[in-house]
Amino acid sequence: MKYRFNTSTMSEWKIAVLFLGYVLATILAPTTAAENILNEESARSASEQQKLGAYLTRAGNCMGCHTAQGGQPFAGGRRLSTSFGIFVTPNITPDKEAGIGSWSEEDFWQALHQGKSRDGRLLYPAFPYTEYTKVTRQDANAIFAYLQSLPAVSQINPPSDIRFPYNFRPLLSIWRALYFKQGIYTPDQSKSAEWNRGAYLVQGLGHCNACHTNRNLLGASEEDTLTGGRIMGVNWYAPSLISRLEVSSGDWTIEEITELLATGISKRAVASGPMATIIRQSLQHLSIEDIRAMAVYLKSIAENNNDDTSGTLVPVISENMKEQFAQGRKLYDTYCQECHGVSGEGVAGIYPPLAGNRSVIMASPLNTIRTVLNGGFPATTAANPRPYGMPPFQQILRDGEIALVVSFIRNAWGNSGSWVTALEVDRSKSGER
Amino acid sequence: MMHFILLITFLLITPVANAAKSVPDTIAERVKACTICHDNEDKIERHAYYPRIAGKPQDYLFNQLRHFRDGRRHYQPMAILLENMSDKYMLEIAGYFSTLPLSFPPPEQVSIQPDEIKLAKQLIHSGYPARDIPACSACHGDTLMGIAPSIPGLLGLSRAYITAQFGSWRNGGSMRGQVSTCMSEIAKKLTDDEVNAVTKWLAAQPVSTQPGSISVLSPALTNRCSNIVLGEHTK
Repeated sequence: MKYRFNTSTMSEWKIAVLFLGYVLATILAPTTAAENILNEESARSASEQQKLGAYLTRAGNCMGCHTAQGGQPFAGGRRLSTSFGIFVTPNITPDKEAGIGSWSEEDFWQALHQGKSRDGRLLYPAFPYTEYTKVTRQDANAIFAYLQSLPAVSQINPPSDIRFPYNFRPLLSIWRALYFKQGIYTPDQSKSAEWNRGAYLVQGLGHCNACHTNRNLLGASEEDTLTGGRIMGVNWYAPSLISRLEVSSGDWTIEEITELLATGISKRAVASGPMATIIRQSLQHLSIEDIRAMAVYLKSIAENNNDDTSGTLVPVISENMKEQFAQGRKLYDTYCQECHGVSGEGVAGIYPPLAGNRSVIMASPLNTIRTVLNGGFPATTAANPRPYGMPPFQQILRDGEIALVVSFIRNAWGNSGSWVTALEVDRSKSGER
Repeated sequence: MMHFILLITFLLITPVANAAKSVPDTIAERVKACTICHDNEDKIERHAYYPRIAGKPQDYLFNQLRHFRDGRRHYQPMAILLENMSDKYMLEIAGYFSTLPLSFPPPEQVSIQPDEIKLAKQLIHSGYPARDIPACSACHGDTLMGIAPSIPGLLGLSRAYITAQFGSWRNGGSMRGQVSTCMSEIAKKLTDDEVNAVTKWLAAQPVSTQPGSISVLSPALTNRCSNIVLGEHTK
């Protein structure tokens, strides 16, 4: 809020209204009416606080991790498998035993801002406090007010199953010394209020960096880089939001970026895999102003260099590859062309283009392979309530055939990407989602 | 200036016009992801497993879609496909398939012994009341083609598919946890021979197109399978 409105004008109004109310109350019924008005005032602000909190909870997508598949919202129990073991997300409903019903605002702030539990135990960074630390106290309080207003669910979740030596919690203090920088977001005064709002959401509540960077061997994300990385625990690659070789939005218009984030689909791309889930659970519910602010920020940090180096690499094409390319084309014509078009042009807003689509060409073929293997429907959103689906081709094609067709797509119509093998296709199958 | 405006208008309209021209705005087009497996032909090899969904009751299909998405019926390919789909859209898709005309593969060639036929018919028409096993026909109708809106038909399905479902019901509540009071409980009471006989027999039957005389579940069975039959609609 603080970056968008002229707060002084608002508070002047508020003072005027309050003063008028006070004067009237004093004249009409000296004590009781004045108390009533004050009570109503605080009751309304409590409900407004919860409403703001509900919105911010969406922006942080707390529900995404704190809800098991098909489970009670916010009751936890979702298993996150990582290279350190399995984390079971906690219940954050206000149940006194199973949830955070006995927490105070201060306890919640300590968890979100400092990464410490109520009893002082250090939290594992599977909970993205490394990003949430940038959230303001005001916003944290609103989120807490909302969570406390939820129905209490008495679901007690099993403990996490973390491997040695990571299960030795004191080691986290070393980790924190190395990788955790505590502190709320500081606006960049040289940038617009909109840009700062976007940066605040992307870096803080949105915790985009939790997926869109590489994590090192100790599970630490590179700081605010958004340079892309393999998502821990799910077999998907979260592409770089900076590099023009991946999904940088530098050459997109703000409207195009906004459309993709708010609806899950634009004429240039469709969000799939974990990003489709983020859009369904979180982004589609945010105000268009906030989405736009995120788009403004994301565009500003993206590379937009017109020097195209992709044409300069001339791959060596063997006779064997030419033959495989022809086989790939044949498969494409049979299974893909009907929707994605003769030249991979797609259909705007329905079937994404494949020609020039950087998530198809980028160095990691993982997402493209997974999309062909598993298919999927784009997220159903208010703006796209009845999306057109992509079939799961592993049900009807063999690994070798999928390798051929993906290799073809990555190298047809001016695209240029590495060749894909049947072994890579097989390896791409693991991972829950 | 006029040219400029025309050009801009053209640029703005073209993609939309193209979309309208080449992609039918129909539910059939939207669910091509489903029909690549659940089509009405080519029920051979790998395709033999995928069950028909055309003509199954809407609520049955809707329940199954939700169970796949929410992890109550375990089948990873369906779970991934449906992960980000709303209830409302699922209901529409279920409705679409429920209205499609029935089109079935011919009955499977199965070698079945006379005593297996006898056993299967006992289960289909009478069950074993003493063991608390109802007749299949009591829920699935006397033509075994299901009872709207929630009970599926049993004919026109491959033996591989029916066998797999029995395996899921018998080997753990986790696979079909939502029906612990219903099919999983019944399936666990059956012997291996009984399961074998009934799956063979069902896969070998031609599909009946005659309307059945049982069109409503008895109160006892409605109660027994309440979590299927009385599933709430949209959230």
